[in-house]
Amino acid sequence: MTTGTPTTDTGRSRRTKLFLLAGLFVALALAGIGSYYASADPDGLTKVSEDEGMAESETPHDLADSPLAGYETEDVDNDRLSGGMAGVVGVGVTFVVAGGAALLIRRRSRPSDDREVTEVEASRP
Amino acid sequence: MHVPDGFFEASTSVAAGGVALVGVAACLHGARRELDERTAPLAGLVAAFVFAVQMLNFPVGAGTSGHLMGGALAAVLIGPWAGAMAVAVVLLVQALLFADGGLSALGINVILMALITAGVGYLVFRLVMGVLPKRLASVPLAAGIGAFVSVPVAAVAFVGFYAIGGTADISLGAVASAMIGVHLLIGIGEGVITGLTIGSVIAVRPDLVYGARRLLPRPQLELRPAPTRGTTS
Repeated sequence: MTTGTPTTDTGRSRRTKLFLLAGLFVALALAGIGSYYASADPDGLTKVSEDEGMAESETPHDLADSPLAGYETEDVDNDRLSGGMAGVVGVGVTFVVAGGAALLIRRRSRPSDDREVTEVEASRP
Repeated sequence: MHVPDGFFEASTSVAAGGVALVGVAACLHGARRELDERTAPLAGLVAAFVFAVQMLNFPVGAGTSGHLMGGALAAVLIGPWAGAMAVAVVLLVQALLFADGGLSALGINVILMALITAGVGYLVFRLVMGVLPKRLASVPLAAGIGAFVSVPVAAVAFVGFYAIGGTADISLGAVASAMIGVHLLIGIGEGVITGLTIGSVIAVRPDLVYGARRLLPRPQLELRPAPTRGTTS
């Protein structure tokens, strides 16, 4: 059982882990550093709302006083740091929540790697 | 395109919340078939990546910016159900942690930016793949086109919602043309970002792209020397 497949399977799962880490690194860099250089102009909906009068009925956000509201970290005066920290926290939280949800609902029976092993086993004379 | 509080009548917001809840439940159910041990953590990565890129507003002219919505991107990467779920998580985190997108508008935002962009984006992706050559190189292009189309469709859906339960007395025609116009431009950005991202993942790990699955050769069974039983010590 243990002699056949491990080299390719662990190799592939190690490469997937590496891909995950690299992807997370890119996301952290974009949110933590790149976001500082984003356009500060209102987005499409905000602009149209201001131009066409929809914005008049807007009410303040219920959590407008929360520590990371508006992608700014409370009590951090440096813009770069304030936005960067908010971005890093957001990337971390979305990764954990979405990844956790996916792990909870994923298929448990016969995951692909196990199936490969059993097929190889079955093909042996 | 995060809708703030106060834009919609309470009844419309509640109804949209109900629809969004049913939609997300359907996504959780459908995503079971798309995720396995290996790809489940990718859903987390896709959500984190969409969150990050949503912070990167790009200018579209006339003092206006746009940002990725990410539904089409997520759908092509991990499947339409899991992709919509991932973007819904992004919107939830943005509303609760960053006060971006009203709490009362969360249902509408999930419908517009998670369900519609993932659904429309993936549908158009599959349609375009149907006419393009069956090659890996077609995937980023088809994904980009799907992403491009998904943005003005979400803008039209917003106007539809506003016609049903918007609070301000505005000219629907003017709002519709302004929303569609600016979101056609934002859609170009969405398409380019989606195409480049999918292309980058395909370059290193095509096997991790849900939308490319049918184009990859099926894993072949390898012939390996059988362990010689009994003779080894």
